[in-house]
Amino acid sequence: MTTAPATAAPLAIVPPEVATDAVVIHDETVAARNPWTRVIAAGDTLTMVDVGGNQAVDFLVYDAHDTELRYSAPDTLQGQDTIYLTTGSVLRDAEHGPLMTVVADTCGRHDTLGGACSKESNTLRYGHHTRAQHACVENFLLGGSRHGLGKRDLVSNINWFMNVPVDPDGALGIVDGISAPGLAVSVRAERDVLVLISNCPQINNPCNGFDPTPVRVIVTRP
Amino acid sequence: MTTATTTGAKAHAREQELAAAAELPRVLHPASAYVGELSPGVSAGDLVWAETVPPGGYTSLVVAAGTRVRVRDTTGDACAHLLVFHADQPTERLNVADTVKVQWQAFLTAGHLLLSDQGRALATIVEDTAGNRADAPRHDALFGTSTLVRNAERYGSGDVFGPSPAGRELFALAAAKHGLTRRDIPPSVTFFEGVSVSDDGRPAFVGSSGPASITLVAELPLIVLLASTAHPLDPRPEFTAGPLDVVAWPGAPTVPGDPAWDATPEGRRAYENSTAHRRTRGADR
Repeated sequence: MTTAPATAAPLAIVPPEVATDAVVIHDETVAARNPWTRVIAAGDTLTMVDVGGNQAVDFLVYDAHDTELRYSAPDTLQGQDTIYLTTGSVLRDAEHGPLMTVVADTCGRHDTLGGACSKESNTLRYGHHTRAQHACVENFLLGGSRHGLGKRDLVSNINWFMNVPVDPDGALGIVDGISAPGLAVSVRAERDVLVLISNCPQINNPCNGFDPTPVRVIVTRP
Repeated sequence: MTTATTTGAKAHAREQELAAAAELPRVLHPASAYVGELSPGVSAGDLVWAETVPPGGYTSLVVAAGTRVRVRDTTGDACAHLLVFHADQPTERLNVADTVKVQWQAFLTAGHLLLSDQGRALATIVEDTAGNRADAPRHDALFGTSTLVRNAERYGSGDVFGPSPAGRELFALAAAKHGLTRRDIPPSVTFFEGVSVSDDGRPAFVGSSGPASITLVAELPLIVLLASTAHPLDPRPEFTAGPLDVVAWPGAPTVPGDPAWDATPEGRRAYENSTAHRRTRGADR
């Protein structure tokens, strides 16, 4: 993982809505299967780039000053008229307060229902033989542990670039992705927030095209 | 009657149970005094708990593995907000995302499991009289519970002592009775007010089919938190909630040979994990 000097990175990959007059203050490539955490200051924007295409980015966000105020999938859905996230979606905490807003999205829609893969749930989904495999919850626990967070702080998360349709009869599942190399989503911090990312290591379903790849994370300041 | 002295205050306090004899008690002691509708094959004499949660109220129960817990909407107006935790290690709790993802189904009904974040079955829904249909779900696992902020916007108040209590506030109180805080409250499920999802992902409130009940089997020792308050997507301008009857009776967890055990491979492995966990902890010997 590398961090480029401020303003040195090309902005071409950042959506124009975000890039206009913005200064890059952090630019990093998160290797496949790795966690990533960072405090994003109020007003700054985090852009996540699906470098290789169809790479699920599992994502949790907390109020940096009071981590009990954390992302809530139900509150986020209550505040909009769709189960998916895209430009305009407000990521809300469990007391219904806004944490971040999606300000640009070239992918189109992102998942709010599927949660994170874990070694334990892998045993249910694919068989007890998958228990040893790396999983997003491991990344969340490792990343969170650097900020005083533990198991109690993990809740249903966002999966950027992951495709989880719900059929009219309620059937739902992770199916082939609709993302592609270079597509990106940008979220602006509405207050100082702590972001936890797991660059999903799952290899048993199509969420990563069966081949986990890097994701690029860029923080810009207006 | 004077309450100016300790003797007078004690007498005043002790008068109240008698004076309230005409009111329906919220919690029945003994539970066998329950006269409401029960599951087939169950009699009031089997009950270890019977309680009526008033509209806008909450309760919590700690139950042994195998216990049947039945929640009944007696009026057709109730929405039951539910959370379950492993009683011995409550950091293990309901994981709604795993519950719907592992079972490939967002609309929960009889036959579905409530899964923990540790790949175990916390409970099985063994009975559902709500008339759940694939195109008209009567329960909801996606939209969670209500908050102070949102109930204040919608009804003017979300206070637990007000006319339209918020589910999260009720859960915070119920959780606190078990040493748990808001940090321990994950997304919850609701019963008796359904929400469908259109092809393009838009929710539509389906609502209630009238009085109904669901019955859970505890697959592990559980803390059960239950709140009775309006569904967060209920479009009616007036706050709508109803009483919930909660009864419980003893039983056994799901075992090999039960139809539920082999109903799906995902469920079987969840039961295998729960059974192994009970055994390593010294139960089921």
